Amino acid sequence: MTASITWADVEVGTVLPELTVQLRRVDLVKYAGASGDFNPIHWNESFAVAVGLPDIIAHGMLTMASAGRIVTDWAVDPGAVLEYGVRFTRPVVVPNDDDGATLQITAVVGEKRDDGTVRVDITAKCLDATVLGKAQAVVRLA
Amino acid sequence: MSINLALIGKVYPITSPYEVGREKIREFATAIGDFNPAFHDVAAAQALGYRDLIAPPTFAILVTFRAASIAMFDPELGVDYSRVVHGEQRFTYARPIIVGDRLAVVTTIENLRVAAGNDMVTTRAEVFAHDGELVVTAWSVTVARGTAGEQS
Repeated sequence: MTASITWADVEVGTVLPELTVQLRRVDLVKYAGASGDFNPIHWNESFAVAVGLPDIIAHGMLTMASAGRIVTDWAVDPGAVLEYGVRFTRPVVVPNDDDGATLQITAVVGEKRDDGTVRVDITAKCLDATVLGKAQAVVRLA
Repeated sequence: MSINLALIGKVYPITSPYEVGREKIREFATAIGDFNPAFHDVAAAQALGYRDLIAPPTFAILVTFRAASIAMFDPELGVDYSRVVHGEQRFTYARPIIVGDRLAVVTTIENLRVAAGNDMVTTRAEVFAHDGELVVTAWSVTVARGTAGEQS
């Protein structure tokens, strides 16, 4: 974790340290328990297939939370996030194996505002396909 | 059946308070693979100026999901809950959620529309601390696939 980023340090185009996140079946079970979202498409393969999905998919909110780490890991104060939003554009399929799904998270500063905040534009990919749309966070930097 | 567009603007009663526990924050942060010290170590959170652990940004979904479900299951709305997927999620934060918060939620149906045969429900969930302070606002777009215009 970088503990020294300040508003003065960053410019539009500043690239954040990238992040790789593995999501395995067990991670979906843990997230279901911690969040209270027990929709069976996240843990019951036959149910997921019956409703037209290729396999079990990750909770959208787990993908959102994973992608958001790129900002909170980078900011000095993870409580300084003022806005965070995403569109769920493609499901993250999680196969039943040791690797699960791999998310590649990248981010760049898209806007620097005079009030000491920056907008960070986040890209999340799984198998080279973008899984989140318009993923943006606004964070206040020291 | 289609959704009842007349429900745009409907406001649901405030929920009973959800009390934010220290171990729940740690459990949630661990479940999202996030080991930022501010979410686990009280001393680290205090070094940032907080009185106790703060929650990761998406922790807010614990209270807003439950509140939005009340709207989604509203029989007047007519959503087929077996076919819903999460389309969009957005939060704005006045401050981070912190241990000891007692959070109550007011959910409003902000928008309803039909697009490409799907019903799309936008809810706005305003999360208040026990003293009435607005902490987080969450907008969720839920999509019910292919239910618009079917015979009921």
